[in-house]
Amino acid sequence: MSAVRIDHATPSSRIGTAILIALGIVLALAPVWGGRDDLRLLAEIYSYVALASLWNLLAGYAGLVSVGQQAYVGVGAYVLFALTMLAGVHPLAAVPIAGVFAAALSVPTALLLFRLRGHYFAIATWVVAEVFRLLAAQISVLGGGSGTSLPAAIVTSMAGSRTLREFEIYWVSLALVILVVGAIFVLLRSRYGLALTAIRDNELAARSNGVDVTRTKLVIYVITACGTAMVGALIFLQKLRISPDTAFSVNDWTAFVIFITVIGGVGRIEGPLIGTLVFFILRQMLADYGSIYLLMLGVIAIAAMLQAPKGLWGFVANRFGWQLLPLERRVAPFEVSKPSSEN
Amino acid sequence: MHWLNIIVQGVLTGGLYALFAAGLSLIFGVMRLVNIAHGDLIVLAAYLALIVTTTLGINPLLSIIIVAPLMAAIGYALQRTLLNRTLGDDLLPPLLVTFGLSVIIQNGLLELFTADSRRLQAGPIEVDSIHLGAGLAVGTLPLIQFAVAVVVIAGLQAIFYRTAIGRAFRATSDDRAVAQLMGLDNRHVYALAMALSLAVVAIAGVFLAVRANFDPSIGTARLLFGFEAVIIGGLGSLWGTLVGGVVLGVAQAIGAEIDPGWQLLAGHIAFLVIVAVRPEGLFPKVQG
Repeated sequence: MSAVRIDHATPSSRIGTAILIALGIVLALAPVWGGRDDLRLLAEIYSYVALASLWNLLAGYAGLVSVGQQAYVGVGAYVLFALTMLAGVHPLAAVPIAGVFAAALSVPTALLLFRLRGHYFAIATWVVAEVFRLLAAQISVLGGGSGTSLPAAIVTSMAGSRTLREFEIYWVSLALVILVVGAIFVLLRSRYGLALTAIRDNELAARSNGVDVTRTKLVIYVITACGTAMVGALIFLQKLRISPDTAFSVNDWTAFVIFITVIGGVGRIEGPLIGTLVFFILRQMLADYGSIYLLMLGVIAIAAMLQAPKGLWGFVANRFGWQLLPLERRVAPFEVSKPSSEN
Repeated sequence: MHWLNIIVQGVLTGGLYALFAAGLSLIFGVMRLVNIAHGDLIVLAAYLALIVTTTLGINPLLSIIIVAPLMAAIGYALQRTLLNRTLGDDLLPPLLVTFGLSVIIQNGLLELFTADSRRLQAGPIEVDSIHLGAGLAVGTLPLIQFAVAVVVIAGLQAIFYRTAIGRAFRATSDDRAVAQLMGLDNRHVYALAMALSLAVVAIAGVFLAVRANFDPSIGTARLLFGFEAVIIGGLGSLWGTLVGGVVLGVAQAIGAEIDPGWQLLAGHIAFLVIVAVRPEGLFPKVQG
């Protein structure tokens, strides 16, 4: 019988969870109310929410500031193309396999990278991504340096009609982002989450309180690699074309993901959701300006970092104490247990 | 003799990499700032050199006299207005802000100069070579470039260990709080370090532009070569940076000889092997 109860939920998190569930239902029905372009845009938004959530878990919580997550986007994408084109695997079955492959690959990679700390770690992750990119360019059956397209036969084999195929990919994208954010939520609620929050706030203090920091970081690194690769596989299943430069692009899969996370709020599960919304609203507004848009994005990211280092959601959370998902740990007031309660 | 030739060419290329790395090593050593925009600043310097040479009609190598002070001024202003505000114990703010700068410079150059690749013409010196006998020949330009790298590093070394500002650099590097207590204005010291760094970037940019084609997107690869050279050499060691550049250059030359697709890969793998064995680099002087 424990005398202390830990509460996670707050009034704001009850409202937030209700909103998120309602949003999930509305989005799941998007094929009913949305057109082809809407589905495409939404699926892209889901990919960025997932990538940013994963990077946030890695950098915001585990303190592993990586600038090389494009390594796993690319690996996932290449595994999907290789499995479907060379082994005849169904494209959607290839997505989880890509995740497992990346997880397996991330273990030896981590053993090398974890020898380095801080800045050196960040740079080495990028070098590893470059090594993967250059190796991918050596795979001649997948088009070498110029890449390849997914054959039409494989694409059409997915579903009976084009509309059905688009629905299928859309729902899988939605399911994947819910899986990623849900898994991160469950992870943060578990004892790993407590360890991660401790590491985020003070690594030395966490270590001295008995948290196995290295092991926790390794687990997070592997989970992130797995998730990132699955998202990468799905992104390129929609693009239908792959090349080493696009699959391992540092700007698309790391710089923008970092911008999104920082604008939304690093080290908070809501940050990537808010950041992605801002990112896409800006893109819809400025898309006509081409490279000026990217330039503006750089300016906004810098301004956000300097003016609101905790991001938009960090500002809101500090000011109003809101949380969208019940993650906080509050010790409920002691209730002196009376014999009558045991009746 | 064939392999000796390849290794000599690799060593000379390493000089260029050391030029990419020297400026990076300087600011990394003084203020632990990872400047993701370093490669793009090299490319920016190359475009400035392009403007200077086309408007004045002078030899690209002479344009350094104008481009270097210009880049130094940009560096001072950048550090004073922007980068100083990101320094601290957290490595994310400087990383994100320089990532932002990188995206801004790349797309700004793309907007102004399009994606066409450019090149600076340095005249007959580009193809001149010196025969060292027994089938060994080295290009005059790579040789000049290597000599310039050695001079730049010796110059930085002299500034660091024989001048008052060098003492200030080392003091802030060792302990910024104590340096400030001793009356140094850290913001000014950091800005001077960035100015010096970008003056070296200007030299690197001009040599890059004479040596090969450039376009707004090539900065990233130059940044990685620079970082790799710094880390291989060991933090704070300028001569180590030259050794790091040479290690990369030689690894790439040998890789390219085995298979052209392996040129860059061999350099990166050499880097990863060295950090796996010696994470602190070959000649570390400062604690990271």
